[in-house]
Amino acid sequence: MTATIADADATAPEAQTPAAGPVPVGRILRFELVKQFSAWRVRLLILLCWIGPAVLVFAIDKQSTLPSDTLFGRWMHATGWAGPLVALGFAGTWALPLLTSVVAGDVFASEDRLGTWRHLIIAIRSHRRIFLAKAVASLTVILLLVVGLAASSTLGGLLAEKNLPLVGLDGHTLSPGDAAGKVLLAWLCVLAPTLALAGIGLLGSIALGRSPMGLLLPMLVALGMQLAQMLPLPVAVRLALPGYAFISWNGLFTDPAQIKPLMIGVTVSLVWAVVATVLAYLLFLRRDFTNLNNNDGAGRRVLALGVVPLAAVLALTAGVVAATTSDAGGTGITQAKVQKSVATAFSHLFRLQQSQMYHSSVTEAQLATTASCLKSEGLGKQEGSGNDWRCTITFNVPGNNITAQGIYQLDVTANGRYIADGDGPQEVNGYFLIVTPGKVVANPLWQFDGNVDLL
Amino acid sequence: MDTTVAIRGRGITKVFGDVVALDHVDVSVARGQIHGLVGPNGAGKTTLLGLLLGLAVADEGALEVLGAQVGRALPAPGGVSGFVDGPGLYPTLTAKQNLATLAALRPRDAVTSDVGEALHEVGLAEVADDKVRGFSLGMRQRLGLAAAMLTKPKLLVLDEPANGLDPSGKKQVHGVLNRLVAAGVTVILSSHRMDDLEALCSEVTILSTGRVVFSGPLNKLSDETRELDYRLRTTDPAAAGIIAAETPGISVVAGTDAAALADTDVIVVRARVAALDQLVSRVVRADIAVREFAPVVSPLEAAFLDLTEQETDR
Repeated sequence: MTATIADADATAPEAQTPAAGPVPVGRILRFELVKQFSAWRVRLLILLCWIGPAVLVFAIDKQSTLPSDTLFGRWMHATGWAGPLVALGFAGTWALPLLTSVVAGDVFASEDRLGTWRHLIIAIRSHRRIFLAKAVASLTVILLLVVGLAASSTLGGLLAEKNLPLVGLDGHTLSPGDAAGKVLLAWLCVLAPTLALAGIGLLGSIALGRSPMGLLLPMLVALGMQLAQMLPLPVAVRLALPGYAFISWNGLFTDPAQIKPLMIGVTVSLVWAVVATVLAYLLFLRRDFTNLNNNDGAGRRVLALGVVPLAAVLALTAGVVAATTSDAGGTGITQAKVQKSVATAFSHLFRLQQSQMYHSSVTEAQLATTASCLKSEGLGKQEGSGNDWRCTITFNVPGNNITAQGIYQLDVTANGRYIADGDGPQEVNGYFLIVTPGKVVANPLWQFDGNVDLL
Repeated sequence: MDTTVAIRGRGITKVFGDVVALDHVDVSVARGQIHGLVGPNGAGKTTLLGLLLGLAVADEGALEVLGAQVGRALPAPGGVSGFVDGPGLYPTLTAKQNLATLAALRPRDAVTSDVGEALHEVGLAEVADDKVRGFSLGMRQRLGLAAAMLTKPKLLVLDEPANGLDPSGKKQVHGVLNRLVAAGVTVILSSHRMDDLEALCSEVTILSTGRVVFSGPLNKLSDETRELDYRLRTTDPAAAGIIAAETPGISVVAGTDAAALADTDVIVVRARVAALDQLVSRVVRADIAVREFAPVVSPLEAAFLDLTEQETDR
């Protein structure tokens, strides 16, 4: 075909059609939210997140058997504030990765599936603004769902057991006000790893398009991180994983609070959220929407702008954590730490037991509790996770000038959490239930949860 | 700048990896006409439409759309609308919601059509509140056209807009496009349906393996092509066949070429357009009535096959 190209000098500026102005982000955001809320799966998630936890927590609380293998599960009959923490533990493992998968993991991929990318780009004419609006829209929906989970589980807990003091992870008692504040803070802390997963979701949604792998990526990453947390990894690597903040909120419920691992976990998660989102943005800008079916180096770009940078972030954060913390190369679970943690928890819970039985109050100083813990009966290295820790507690018996000893069998997980199971004698551990004048309650010394500060 | 030209491109090249989608394409489209874009699959039509819509930028060459240069730093100008590879619609929204959310993206001072009016124009007013999930392909095509018209475009780029349309829907779409052109809108129409292109377009561009093999008025295309096959139905096919065989520039097609035509009243002749006049007048003079005289395949289709096969054989 032949064509005569006009001389550029002859172009009359006033006759030109100006470039279309970009659509304001607020309008695109509204458009994205309309699409999000019109999808049945998002509506269903909102319904489930705002109603489900309340019903579930209330129902569990009304059972005689409590989920004692879940953190704070054994305290659900004691206070309404245990409910939202049980829900938080479950949410960190399953619900939050699933929500980020469904929302952030699909926000870009849905356009691929519906074949609407070109329509969107023609209408909006700004890749940057599309990305921003989609990221903010998915974040808005995720926040709405997380707030629903927190509010609903709190309501369910408080309806079932009222606003009563909560027993912390080291056995100390938090007033209802403190418990409320810390529960709120714990939910706020898990927003950081949720954002990290959302960033990974955006990346997967852009990189993998309509492939179901894109949708599942946050879930798979979360599962991978959970598996990694079960392995005996060095503390530096454990803390460098963005999922650690799903666990490290536990440290808020000790006295003093284990702030350092929590802050590291939250910071690492936020770094991952920012890096993954920026990578998703760069990948999005480089995508060609004219020929979606061609394989225009997309695989290489995913590797160069997705996998390699995130692996580098993991290595870098692990290096920074190792360089700035002591003993970060080990498991963080040492004999001394286990002994200190068990002795502290026992002292606090002994005082609680005394008050439940209306005995005269006693202080930790009077008890002077010590613990002697051995792993594998003292054979091998006295460090690390395992269900072969055995602790002998020694304490002064109140009112008598004698000392008593109790045995606890510990199951310590790689992230520092443990369950201490009373192994006698009966005079120390007591029975499963305590019958008090007002109520029958679980014996706090029969079996208790604890947490070893990894740093 | 020539204000009568809607699109002007020179040396446009677009490469995807090892694949050259467009290879130094020159293109020029006058304003206020329907310009057809034809080519076999993989010829580069979608890529060219994508460049016009601002979905991608050319690797080489200069492209001017509605008087504005288009490039990496210069997006497609306002006033361009349309769709490629089918209209982008959201199945969870109703037809009205699809258009309303699209209209809401426009600046407050932007000129947009009324949503109800646009739906009425394409014959979807009665299903305005139905979710698009339940729409047929033809209804989606018409809604896509309504969405494209919503922004009052000066250049409308449409990829297979008649795909999936029933005759009534097709007539409606043709009517809409003709009304738009009468109002001064330029339409770029990509289609595999030669009858649509012949009915609507004044000019066409034929692409093959990323190159332009023809661009210009349809009648010019007809003149430039090889001899065509014509069906001739008469009251005396035997005598008509003898006359045709004796007429200069005419040959009677026999055997497998005419096998598809089982009708005994029909003969198939092969000729250039100029030779047909003499055949018709000879047949009529022999007192044989002509009931039908039409190309077996349309001139555009014949040219398309001829030109694209030549390009592929190269």
